[in-house]
Amino acid sequence: MTRKLNMKFSLLCIVMLSLALTVSCAKKPPETTIESEQAEAAETRATESETDTARADEDSLTEEELEARRQAEAEARQETADARDRFVSQKVYFKFDDSSLTDSARDVLRDKVQWLRNHPDACVIIEGHCDERGTDEYNLALGSRRAESVKDFLTKAGINGSRLTTISYGEERPAVKGHNEEAWAENRRAEFRFCSSE
Amino acid sequence: MTNTMRLFFRIMICACALALVPGACPQAADYDYINIREPFSQKIPMAIPVFKTLSRGAAEKQVAQNAADMLEAALAYTGYFKMIDRDAFLQDPGGQGIVMEEIKFGNWTDIGAELLLTGGVRLESGVLQMEFRLFDPYRQKMILGKRYTGKVDGQRKMVLRFCGEMIKRLTGRQGLFDSRIAFVGTGDEGKSVYVCDFDGKNVTRTTKPQSIVVSPAWAPDNRYIAYTAYTHGNQRIYISDLQDGSVREFAAYEGINLTPAWHPGSSALAATLSFEGDEEIYLLTETGKIDKRLTESWGVDVSPAFSPEGKKMVFVSSRSGSPQLYVKDMRSGSVRRLTYEGTYNTQPDWSPVGGQVVYSGMKNGRIDIYVIDVDSGETERLTRKAGDNEAPSWSPDGSMIVFTSTRTGNSRIFVMTASGTDQRMLLDMPGKQQLPDWSPPKRE
Repeated sequence: MTRKLNMKFSLLCIVMLSLALTVSCAKKPPETTIESEQAEAAETRATESETDTARADEDSLTEEELEARRQAEAEARQETADARDRFVSQKVYFKFDDSSLTDSARDVLRDKVQWLRNHPDACVIIEGHCDERGTDEYNLALGSRRAESVKDFLTKAGINGSRLTTISYGEERPAVKGHNEEAWAENRRAEFRFCSSE
Repeated sequence: MTNTMRLFFRIMICACALALVPGACPQAADYDYINIREPFSQKIPMAIPVFKTLSRGAAEKQVAQNAADMLEAALAYTGYFKMIDRDAFLQDPGGQGIVMEEIKFGNWTDIGAELLLTGGVRLESGVLQMEFRLFDPYRQKMILGKRYTGKVDGQRKMVLRFCGEMIKRLTGRQGLFDSRIAFVGTGDEGKSVYVCDFDGKNVTRTTKPQSIVVSPAWAPDNRYIAYTAYTHGNQRIYISDLQDGSVREFAAYEGINLTPAWHPGSSALAATLSFEGDEEIYLLTETGKIDKRLTESWGVDVSPAFSPEGKKMVFVSSRSGSPQLYVKDMRSGSVRRLTYEGTYNTQPDWSPVGGQVVYSGMKNGRIDIYVIDVDSGETERLTRKAGDNEAPSWSPDGSMIVFTSTRTGNSRIFVMTASGTDQRMLLDMPGKQQLPDWSPPKRE
């Protein structure tokens, strides 16, 4: 950089000097003028080409930087999207006729707390679901209880309750069809989605 | 029970019912017979000949046939009677008289008919007149006689009116013939509240299809139905007016608004709300404002149902770790646990006539209908080995129970007597039918 500045400075000096010479030699014969004009032109060209080179260097530098930033941003975006997807796709599972949080449910919820802290504007709907066994109204209440258990955990971890809404679907919306323990276990869950305003 | 004893009891009812002058027969004892512990174990054999055409017009013939069939179906529905096949009758019933003097009672006792119901129809210039006479062939006495006049399309109403009078005479209780059943039906477009007559006739959809609809509950005046529907992001309670077809929002608190139950003695409703972060039962005023909180326990409290006078409330609570029934005394506020058997007892309904609660209980993964005596805690199972059986609700006279069963595949509406006999499908319609509620004894 310093070298370039020096070069530019000396070029500038030459230009100034030649300009001064031109002025002082104004009344000199025309050929001299032509010479000095040619010299001037040559100097100018030289200056221009130097500047071009410098600008090109600068451009290429700038572009590289932008590309890196773009990539970083894209990666960050991807990561954010992944985290957002994970936030939605990772469900919390419950035992039969139970709304208490298991250890693995708490692990999943701790991730969600982190995400919610990083995204203080996010508003989330917590859905409580049940398996097909049991009776309709009780399952709607149990689904509500499950969603409330999750909300309770999140608010105790410092997430503002006004960002969290609960809703129960009881046994009305199973995640998987089937009438065995495998299906039931997948259906006893809390799911997460973002408020439509988000 | 021996034949002699049965006869004696029959005579007891008939003698009493015969006394057409009010106060001429002792009140309480009269009805004990049909009201004893097992009223459905031995059905009363009954004969209903085709009605007599009184003006002998051609159109009357069909009306006469319809009347007898309709009457037979409605009375058989109750589970009290066994209809004797008309082919077994000893004389041409159409040709003989319908009044006492013309009846040869021996012809009816010979085929074992303990009750004989004769009728006549007269159809003249669009006006239908129907006569009904109930006899005891053994005593050779008339128990009840009625005549109704109205339009031709009022025939079903006349027949059911007489059935009501007859059951009242024999049991001392208002019958169920003017009652209706509300339920949730699933069609292609979603779930709606439907209403049908006691016998599954005249099915009408009363609300527009929605994604989740549960717990329809009749008001004591039989005009309104409260229910829960999922709208605007949560479950809210709505009230449908059957008279003008309108629907209004009743409770829309944050969280769930679930399982409304009308208090029989007032305009209040109990319901489960979760706006305080826990599912508790509250008493709401007729405008949906919170009067007071009725339960105080962490966990689910849901499905309230009141005793006939509203002094007690049975409900489901998970406070012991699994859903069980509890009874709350509305005045003292005390709460006691009602069910101890099984680990999943829900959907209670208090009998309109006595100290019994019907509910659904789960054992070995199967759900069945049980009845528990509130005082003694004695439990009886009413369904078994026939799919899942859920959501029981008493008929207004306490003689029958409507419920859902998956015994034929999809959940469908079934009825049975209060003893669990005569279980049969009430409605055969496409889709799923759930959560029936039988209209309560009508209070204006």
